Amino acid sequence: MQQITIEPVSRIEGHAAIRLFLDDAGRVRDARFQVNQFRGFERFAVGRPFFEMPTLTARTCGICPVSHELASAKACDQLLAVAIPPVAAKLRRLLNLAQLIQSHALSFFYLAAPDLLLGMDHPPESRNFFGLAAADPQFARDGIRLRQFGQQTIERLAGRRIHPSWVVPGGVDSPLAAPAREAMLAELPAIIALVRTHLERFKHSLDRHREHDRVFARFPSLFLGLANEAGTLEHYDGRLRFIDADGAPVADDFDPSAYQQAIGEAVEPWTYLKFPYYLPHGYPQGMYRVGPLARLNLAGRCGTELADRELALFRALEPGPVLGTFQAHYARLIEILYATEQIERLLAEPDILDRRVRAMAGVNNLEGVGIAEAPRGTLIHHYKVNEDGLVEWINLIIATGHNNLAMQRGILQAAQHFLDGTPPREGLLNRIEAVIRSFDPCLACSTHAVGTMPLTIDFVGSDGLLLDRLQR
Amino acid sequence: MSKLRLATLWLDGCSGCHMSLLDTDERLLELAAQMDIVYSPLVDTKQFPERVDVVCIEGAVSTEEDEARLRLVRQRSGLLIAMGDCAVTGNVPAMRNPLGAEAMLRAVYRESPVLAPQIPIEDLPRLHGHALPLHRFVPVDLFIPGCPPAADTLFAALAALIAGTADGLRLDTRFGA
Ligand code: SF4
Repeated sequence: MQQITIEPVSRIEGHAAIRLFLDDAGRVRDARFQVNQFRGFERFAVGRPFFEMPTLTARTCGICPVSHELASAKACDQLLAVAIPPVAAKLRRLLNLAQLIQSHALSFFYLAAPDLLLGMDHPPESRNFFGLAAADPQFARDGIRLRQFGQQTIERLAGRRIHPSWVVPGGVDSPLAAPAREAMLAELPAIIALVRTHLERFKHSLDRHREHDRVFARFPSLFLGLANEAGTLEHYDGRLRFIDADGAPVADDFDPSAYQQAIGEAVEPWTYLKFPYYLPHGYPQGMYRVGPLARLNLAGRCGTELADRELALFRALEPGPVLGTFQAHYARLIEILYATEQIERLLAEPDILDRRVRAMAGVNNLEGVGIAEAPRGTLIHHYKVNEDGLVEWINLIIATGHNNLAMQRGILQAAQHFLDGTPPREGLLNRIEAVIRSFDPCLACSTHAVGTMPLTIDFVGSDGLLLDRLQR
Repeated sequence: MSKLRLATLWLDGCSGCHMSLLDTDERLLELAAQMDIVYSPLVDTKQFPERVDVVCIEGAVSTEEDEARLRLVRQRSGLLIAMGDCAVTGNVPAMRNPLGAEAMLRAVYRESPVLAPQIPIEDLPRLHGHALPLHRFVPVDLFIPGCPPAADTLFAALAALIAGTADGLRLDTRFGA
């Protein structure tokens, strides 16, 4: 028996290990994606005032703090039992779209592109964003510009790029200023052109990635995401929908506050990341996926002109829902395009500069569930408070958690394809890591770790004793 | 003159400090032209190099593994920077300190409604009772507070190191900035 440990998995948002278990003939028997740090926000937030939650829970993640602020503030809106001013909802949507752009740009340009452009077998010393910048400076600059646009939009709305404290229970803290709006509108046409260029380029590269597309977590599964009445792509509000691998809804859409009837969580002894599953199907059969791929599979249409044209081409990839997670890269680029168009549209709304942006109230409900589509998928915040507004109980279901079962299965699939009977070499192991990168997990959110171990391959005898060890 | 060798390390933080480093935008390429980024969550090197000139560390020390990691990195690095409030004071991770590790784990894995409640332990780093800042374990050469420190602050610090003008450096930042 042989065990291969890849630790830390690099170029992902967080730290984790991959463990592969091979039999004596070199066949991959099992694979684990192991998340090994624990943070415990659910516990230490207890006893604190609910109105701290948006800015406190933002600190779960420096990549998608805005998602936490939104899900949190929406749970708090329910505690206040208020309807927030319409313009506040629009401003929150804008903020969420800006974050979608910066986070997707990070995932695609900074983290995944070194594999896609330089190649999976490129020497590891320069297989990174800086190596990419040396090989194709324009590509790197474009990626920087897109991420920057997202971050600047957050700053223009909320005052700062990371962990702003602008989203508050009842709405947002301040209205949009006219000069900020003008600045964004002025920049948008160039940004939209940039996204389109890279979308074209990605589509032309698809042929080169046929093999990856075939084995990077390609299997039938359920998909989960937010659905709205118009049937368009939705990131902020609506009901939850599960669809099956044929694209049909598996049950009626349900209110986010009923998530516990649909989603269960399991714990395994070897990872700190829990395993959510679709309750009616049991564990682990109730595997489902969330995120850009799930959202595009779920939506009737995007609802903006350019993104809808792209969605039609995306749909033509295969007859039903797109089942391979490699295509999540493609889905991310389409979502960036959608987000830019949608930002342009929201900024043009006549009431967008309206100054009434916050509803004030005290505690009127003792329980609230808030939900948003984070860049990586459905994010749920669930709070119970006492009459004084102190938090008594919290549950967070993080986007990356939903994908945990599918990530496990995805690396097993790729490992069996690339490693069965083949001596492991660096480039092959990098492909297994690349499967994880296509999911774009955010482990800072879920918990995270730093590995102390290098990449090691242990050869273990059937008696369990270590026979040999290879390291890089 | 050979280029400065820079490493960045992520312990128990939210990645916000690393994101702030990326928020230097195009200036990131300027930095990369003047220093070699030899180890970081952004690059594929799996083992911390034998020798680096500067290491920027995000996050508090929360597990045995974090501590071992930090000690190794201290030995191999010329200048060690505590980047952000978690590294400087413990900040958010330290909020669990009054409760203790055991109670935290119990609450999350046993006392919440999960299938087969159990506390994960297999092959996992053990939690320290307290999450603590870096200087409780090793000498720190430069503290940069902020949650996260602004991109301009981080850029100013790295640019000064490259230029060799870091002595007596004053940075425009504060806790929670
Ligand atoms: S200091 Fe703030 S931004 Fe940096 S890791 Fe800690 S919580 Fe995140």
